[in-house]
Amino acid sequence: MDLFKEQVNRLFEPATFIGLSTVGFFMLVYSRRVWSTTSFWVGNVVLTLFFGLSALDPNFNKVITKPDNIPILIMVYTAWWTLWLSMNQAITNDQRMELGLPPDEQEDSGKKVWAWPDLVYTELLAMLLVGGLLVIWSIFLKAPLEEPANIADSPNPSKAPWYFLGLQEMLVYYDPWLAGVVFPGLIVVGLMAIPFIDFNPLGNGYFTFRARKFAITWFLFGYIVLWVVLIFLGTFLRGPNWNFYGPYEYWDPHKLEALVNINLSEYFWIKWFQQPLPSNWMIREIPGFVATLAYFSVVGFVLTKTYLKQMHQQMTTIRYGILMTLFLSMMALPLKMLLRWFFDLKYVIAIPEYFFNI
Amino acid sequence: MTDSRQSPPTSPTAAPTRRAENILGAEGLSGLRGKTSRRGFFPWLGLAWVSITAGFAMLAGVSLRFLFPNVLFEPPSTFKAGFPSEYEVGAVDERFKSKFGVWIVRDEATLFALSTICTHLGCTPNWLGGEQKFKCPCHGSGFYIDGMNFEGPAPRPLERYKIYVADDGQVVVDKNSKYQWEKGQWDNPESFVSMA
Ligand code: FES
Repeated sequence: MDLFKEQVNRLFEPATFIGLSTVGFFMLVYSRRVWSTTSFWVGNVVLTLFFGLSALDPNFNKVITKPDNIPILIMVYTAWWTLWLSMNQAITNDQRMELGLPPDEQEDSGKKVWAWPDLVYTELLAMLLVGGLLVIWSIFLKAPLEEPANIADSPNPSKAPWYFLGLQEMLVYYDPWLAGVVFPGLIVVGLMAIPFIDFNPLGNGYFTFRARKFAITWFLFGYIVLWVVLIFLGTFLRGPNWNFYGPYEYWDPHKLEALVNINLSEYFWIKWFQQPLPSNWMIREIPGFVATLAYFSVVGFVLTKTYLKQMHQQMTTIRYGILMTLFLSMMALPLKMLLRWFFDLKYVIAIPEYFFNI
Repeated sequence: MTDSRQSPPTSPTAAPTRRAENILGAEGLSGLRGKTSRRGFFPWLGLAWVSITAGFAMLAGVSLRFLFPNVLFEPPSTFKAGFPSEYEVGAVDERFKSKFGVWIVRDEATLFALSTICTHLGCTPNWLGGEQKFKCPCHGSGFYIDGMNFEGPAPRPLERYKIYVADDGQVVVDKNSKYQWEKGQWDNPESFVSMA
């Protein structure tokens, strides 16, 4: 049993866990058969078995029964439900359209119901149900209030509210102004920009996957892998000192983990060229500047010739440029994670003199 | 609808018109309409604009002033920290952490004061004696005993404060000046007390 638990703990290490989630995510999205009703229930049973059986483990139990963590449990299920629902309808529609039928939604769209009483009653019922649920919730699960704040004593681990744990995980890999200001801003601005970048009318008013592979895949990647999975990781797998703890591992505040990491400039000058770091930061950070520029320009350009060839032809250069900037900024997070995990890279560009680090 | 400019409405709305007359003089509303030309309107608009802006500016000023309270209940930024001989080599003194936000560290040759503010996002790290490192609970940055960052996201070492021995032989830490490694300020003799 212990051996088994240890194996599971391993599986949940950040690199493996995020890696497996990514692979799993693409397998799910690209296999049509997964989105049947049976698999909906299979998914729910698997989740319930995992949480239910794991709850027998005292360490996991402690984490999962914390009142703050209940919403994440709910989130895991609802994320699966909403994902399944939209994908299921999309696949159904794709199959219908292959047969030359109109999308499923068209049949519904002709029907009308009364706002009063149909809609208002539904809303009233929903209100009462949710209200009652919240009352019960607040009685049985106490708000996790702590002692008055003290600057000199950060709780260990210090966790953001659960919906920000994805951002907090991002802060492990990036400088605060990037992970705390620029990226969250880009997420909001980028989401708002979608309707202005994406003029494709396919999928307006109905679900489809085949016609919108790029848009749906990468939107869902950002949402599922870079948001939901990171919240899960931050909630259940990060313990004291923001160290990683497997689901069945005791949260030992003295757990030792070697996380030594160094900057790209140190790799470049010291390791590869056996030289001391140049004292002028502009020269010192040249490899970082080149790498960052190359990432944004070369990758964007290569994609126009390969993966996004068709899309690029249908877009103006400016629109494609904006899309690429947003897309590559998003992909910068998993990329930086990989670099940190496998090369112990701290920052690509590191100019602590001016608080500028990427 | 008749032209109300020439003939003010009769009985049903007579009362409001009379009140308007009291304010605007004998000619009432129609008099005002006659006098205010399109051109004459702009100075009034300008005045209104200026006064609203002035009002908002004052509000902003007051709110800004609010950020600088007259009295601050903060511990003094300069404090005495006992005699240099009290400090053991290789030990991190945590006595001043909760009140002043300072660790005093003694190594072979020097005594220095480290700030307890993580250089990543400002949480307060903990000193883990067993592992000989400061470890931040927020995103896992780690610092060696001398304050150098070596793991996690912190981009630069912990800052040091001014430290010196006063005339009475006691160590004084002055948090008003800080010394940053990346600016080469740790060589500054004010950033440590020589114990050699
Ligand atoms: S604040 Fe210390 S690691 Fe982020």
